[in-house]
Amino acid sequence: MTEAAESERETGIVATRPRSARRLAAHTLVMLGIAIMAVMVLAALFAPLLWTGDPLGLNPLQRLRPPSAANWLGTDQFGRDLWTRTVYGARVSLTVGVAVAALSISIGLVTGLVAGYIRVLDAVVMRVMDGVMAIPGVLLAIAMVSLSGASRLTVIVAITVPEIPRVVRLVRAVVLTVREEPYVEAAIGAGTRLPLILIRHVLPNCIPPLIVQATYVCASAMLTEAILSFLGAGTPPEIPSWGNMMAEGRAFFPIAPRIVLFPGVALALTILAVNVLGDGLRDRLDPKIAKRM
Amino acid sequence: MLIFILKRILSTIPVMAVVALVVFLLLRLSPGDPAAVIAGDYATAEQIAKIRIQLGLDQPIYAQFVSWILRLLHGDLGVSIFSNLPVSTLIAQRVEPTTMLALTTIVFSIVVAVPLGVLAAAKAGTWIDRAVMVFAVVGFSVPVFVLGYFFIYGFAIGLRWFPVQGYRSPFDSPADFLAHIALPTVALSAIFIALIARITRASVLEILEEDYIRTARAKGQVERKVLLVHALGNAAVPIVTVIGLGIAALIGGVVVTESVFNIPGLGRLVVDAILKRDYPIIQGLILLFSLVYIVLNLVIDIAYTLLDPRIRY
Repeated sequence: MTEAAESERETGIVATRPRSARRLAAHTLVMLGIAIMAVMVLAALFAPLLWTGDPLGLNPLQRLRPPSAANWLGTDQFGRDLWTRTVYGARVSLTVGVAVAALSISIGLVTGLVAGYIRVLDAVVMRVMDGVMAIPGVLLAIAMVSLSGASRLTVIVAITVPEIPRVVRLVRAVVLTVREEPYVEAAIGAGTRLPLILIRHVLPNCIPPLIVQATYVCASAMLTEAILSFLGAGTPPEIPSWGNMMAEGRAFFPIAPRIVLFPGVALALTILAVNVLGDGLRDRLDPKIAKRM
Repeated sequence: MLIFILKRILSTIPVMAVVALVVFLLLRLSPGDPAAVIAGDYATAEQIAKIRIQLGLDQPIYAQFVSWILRLLHGDLGVSIFSNLPVSTLIAQRVEPTTMLALTTIVFSIVVAVPLGVLAAAKAGTWIDRAVMVFAVVGFSVPVFVLGYFFIYGFAIGLRWFPVQGYRSPFDSPADFLAHIALPTVALSAIFIALIARITRASVLEILEEDYIRTARAKGQVERKVLLVHALGNAAVPIVTVIGLGIAALIGGVVVTESVFNIPGLGRLVVDAILKRDYPIIQGLILLFSLVYIVLNLVIDIAYTLLDPRIRY
């Protein structure tokens, strides 16, 4: 057995050589994604240190000012500094993205493992998942937020629920493949108990695709949060999220388009970075799917 | 074949039942008193009591569910709390702009994305391929409302090529309709063009490695025909699948796009309902959109058997 084949057998990762120009281009894109992500994470962590003021500080004398030395990106209709608010907006998006990814992956993983291994539950769980998937996620989240009142927590929960079915389907698909593997049959034959089989044999196979899925969920959650805030059913209006900033700037768009455009660019760049990162991870961790895309 | 179609139609029943149950339980399981939340912060006890009766929340939960389902089966989606009009009437008034925007978006996306995907596959590894793939990643990531505002800024306010906002019915003036629908369509299409172009490229690439493609080339078939007839024809199934799954994202996108471009469709109905906490409208639209999603995917599944004679159930 060659060294590469041996490592492939052990890790499940097929060693890929950067053969073509396309691979190199993809590599550059992934690096760019990592760089943008790093900037956004640093901005969120160190927002108060980045030459920002009070994100909620009103200044009626400085309304709708163009960019200047004092206000790098200008001010909005209440005289609030747009640079400050855009930097602080990274906190909302990243928190929601990471929280929703963590929650939906954990809930989906447990549900998927149980559904994939216990046949009686499988049919019921999967029908429920089909039903939830049929409901447009944005609308389901809107309904949940408007019924329980907008807060950071309700927004995160409302975005998590529509993301769960896809995770469950993914985990279940892995379980159904793995349970037919000879080493799992051997473990069953040797009398290993079910919980141990799930943890020792099935779980490790779920992790690579789940890491990839987590990045896509994160990007999708940041998008949904912005949509909800933009439509008035998201993060409470007093918190400077990118969606809220865009919603508030709408009325002033013809005279001060930057109030809408700056947070919009920040949002688009962040989502782009996470998606690119997901593509890069998929190419590394999930070669079977990567080949298809 | 007939048995398959019948089975597939029957299989939508449990899905619809789950959708109905989720929508029903949403209101009943939400924390606190839903009647008080819907009535708003300044409602009197009397108003809250009125809403509770209007929504049937004063009855036992199983009775609520049975009577709600029976009314749904008769096409009764309830009554708007704010305007007191039946939700079905409000939906009927707004359905045209949304349907038009969805149709123009699907048509435009397919017309642009499928040739792009085939081109990228034919020129795999070249700069054309890379450009299409980078465009696909970017198009997939830029949110429709961000793109929409950039379009308004550049093409409507800046260049004045298009009206800034609004909607005209194609039945009144086709030219006005096209002018108004152009920017929202292109903005909303970006994500679908990205999605469809990617899957088209991947499926065509995969099929180009098949034996029958080598056979076609060996017998001297022109390359264009190999690509368009042999490869694309066989790649149709995954492409159609992606379009079907994209319907859910399209519905979410339509809601936001209508808000950006001030189009008086179902999306605006949702947004107004959020602001007024008019829950029966939100509930009715969720049911309607879910039904559209289920029915369209049913149609697509059945279309497979027609598109691809190899699929036999």
